[in-house]
Amino acid sequence: MTLALPTTPVKADDTRQPHAVLEFIRQQPLGAISFVIIFIMMFAGVFSNLVSPYDPLAIDFASILSAPSIDHWCGTDAYGRDICSRLIYGSRTALVIGFTSSFVGSTLGAILGIASAYFGGRIDNIIQRFVDILLAFPLIVLALVVVASFGRTKLGGIDVNLILAIAIPIIPRVTRVVRAAALSVRVMPYVDAARAAGYSHSRIIFRHMAPNVVAPYLIMLTAFIAQAILAEASLSFLGLGVTEPTAAWGLMLSGNAADFYREAPWMILFPGVAISLAVFAFNLFGDSLRDFLDPRFKV
Amino acid sequence: MRGRPSLRLEIKETMLRYTINRVLLMIPTLIGVAVLVFFFLRIVPGDIVEVKLRGDGGTVSQATIEMERKRLGLDRPLITQFGEWMVGMATLDLGKSMWTERPVMQEIAGRLELSLQVAIMATIIAVLIAIPLGTMAALYRDSWIDYLMRIITIGGLSIPSFWLGMLIMLGLLSAFNWLPPISYTPIYVDPVANLTQLIWPALAVGYRYCAVAARMIRSSLLEVLNEDYIRTARAKGVFEKLVITRHALRNALLPAITVIGLEFTFLIGGLVVTEQVFNLNGIGMLFVQSVSRNDFTLIQGMVMLIAAFYVFVNLAVDLLYAVFDPRIRYD
Repeated sequence: MTLALPTTPVKADDTRQPHAVLEFIRQQPLGAISFVIIFIMMFAGVFSNLVSPYDPLAIDFASILSAPSIDHWCGTDAYGRDICSRLIYGSRTALVIGFTSSFVGSTLGAILGIASAYFGGRIDNIIQRFVDILLAFPLIVLALVVVASFGRTKLGGIDVNLILAIAIPIIPRVTRVVRAAALSVRVMPYVDAARAAGYSHSRIIFRHMAPNVVAPYLIMLTAFIAQAILAEASLSFLGLGVTEPTAAWGLMLSGNAADFYREAPWMILFPGVAISLAVFAFNLFGDSLRDFLDPRFKV
Repeated sequence: MRGRPSLRLEIKETMLRYTINRVLLMIPTLIGVAVLVFFFLRIVPGDIVEVKLRGDGGTVSQATIEMERKRLGLDRPLITQFGEWMVGMATLDLGKSMWTERPVMQEIAGRLELSLQVAIMATIIAVLIAIPLGTMAALYRDSWIDYLMRIITIGGLSIPSFWLGMLIMLGLLSAFNWLPPISYTPIYVDPVANLTQLIWPALAVGYRYCAVAARMIRSSLLEVLNEDYIRTARAKGVFEKLVITRHALRNALLPAITVIGLEFTFLIGGLVVTEQVFNLNGIGMLFVQSVSRNDFTLIQGMVMLIAAFYVFVNLAVDLLYAVFDPRIRYD
């Protein structure tokens, strides 16, 4: 008598729990669509030199202000530069600055938020007063104050001051939310256990508390990429962000673009669509991520 | 409760104590803002004198620069400068602009009228659209109205107000071959000219505001509609219209008031960029100018004004809450 053994082991996990990504697509179709937009943007940003039909900086006086055509899908600007290529390179600028500043701001904010909740008492008080002060400014106003302070310093071709200018206003907003989340983690028995076991503060903060506030952190990170892209575009539009001749969406709308409302409306239409689409995608993705990871959590 | 005057008096007293407390708490926040802005602007070397004298690429001797610095008082120790500024502020004197050398107060006052009018118009437009929009979306949840609202509000959160402003200009130009005038006419001089000029920037900055408010109204109304007292009202046969206006909306608008109040301060952020599009010489334009000129005193003055405004609105919202919702107690 033989016992029929299954030749291949059954993967119980696979059948019971579908993959997290698939589950996300099923539950949040809009989030999946927005991720596709983000992915296309990232692709265009990383492979700008392969994807774009022209050099974004190449001046071509033969085709100044030409309307969208097969040669120039989105037309050309006042210097004959191909707008489509500039949009593609612009996505690199937007993503680099948007992601770095949101990452820096959210991470610093999360650390402050956890520390505030963990230590409580006087440290919590000091951090919260500091947060109150920073929250008294609209994001763009605080960013402008930072720009005024740091001037224009570039490090390795990246506008460090611009990244700081956008990251600093993000810090207090993230601190608030992460602190609230961390407060509920702090009273968990495992944190008490860790403290009773004599672990150091930094170990408890980074190994025990931080992993449990990852959900709000990720949600804030994504949501603030949208805000950061918007802030970068606004600052560049005001002439206080990315400088010419770098391709940046906000910059494409500033300066003489407004002189050509009549002659070349495409100069105004396409960069604005790019900014809106990017901000829209990150906003929507952040929302879906929130609903997926933690339905009770509200930013 | 109505029959016990002592209790009402008690509430009034705690309310008064709470108000005084809150007003006193504003002072440390504002001092914090002052310290932060003052020293933050001066962390990195570089000031207005360089922009002023070397801005056009001309060669200016170091001695001239030092002289100008001395004249503006920038050579003195930071603490002295800070102390002087704080003392001035206590008497509502914000100093002089380092660029135009006119008093900061005067510079701001000259442009406040325009920006304030745009901000108020934007608020009125936003609230007038947001209340019906948010209410309808909540009442007909998951219907086409709700989806339409979602699209409209997500657009409001994603479309930058300055681009919307440019689109409005583009639309006006192609439809009427007309652009709003650049020179500002006060409303008491010529209301028609004033409104045809300022309605467009108000629309551009109001859109985002409307989106935020409508979302807030929808979600808080949905929450309220699940409450027991709504079911009770319906069960006892109150007309549906009355249930919505008297019972639901009245309670749902409370959280919306907070958002509307706080967002009002944040309109200034939208104005900073949008005034540039419409070439309006308001607070936002002044702020951008003073930042690009490194005009420290003017930047400081405006930041203090914005922060003070924010703190006041915050307080007003909290107090309004108590007036609208007697259930809230303060201690």
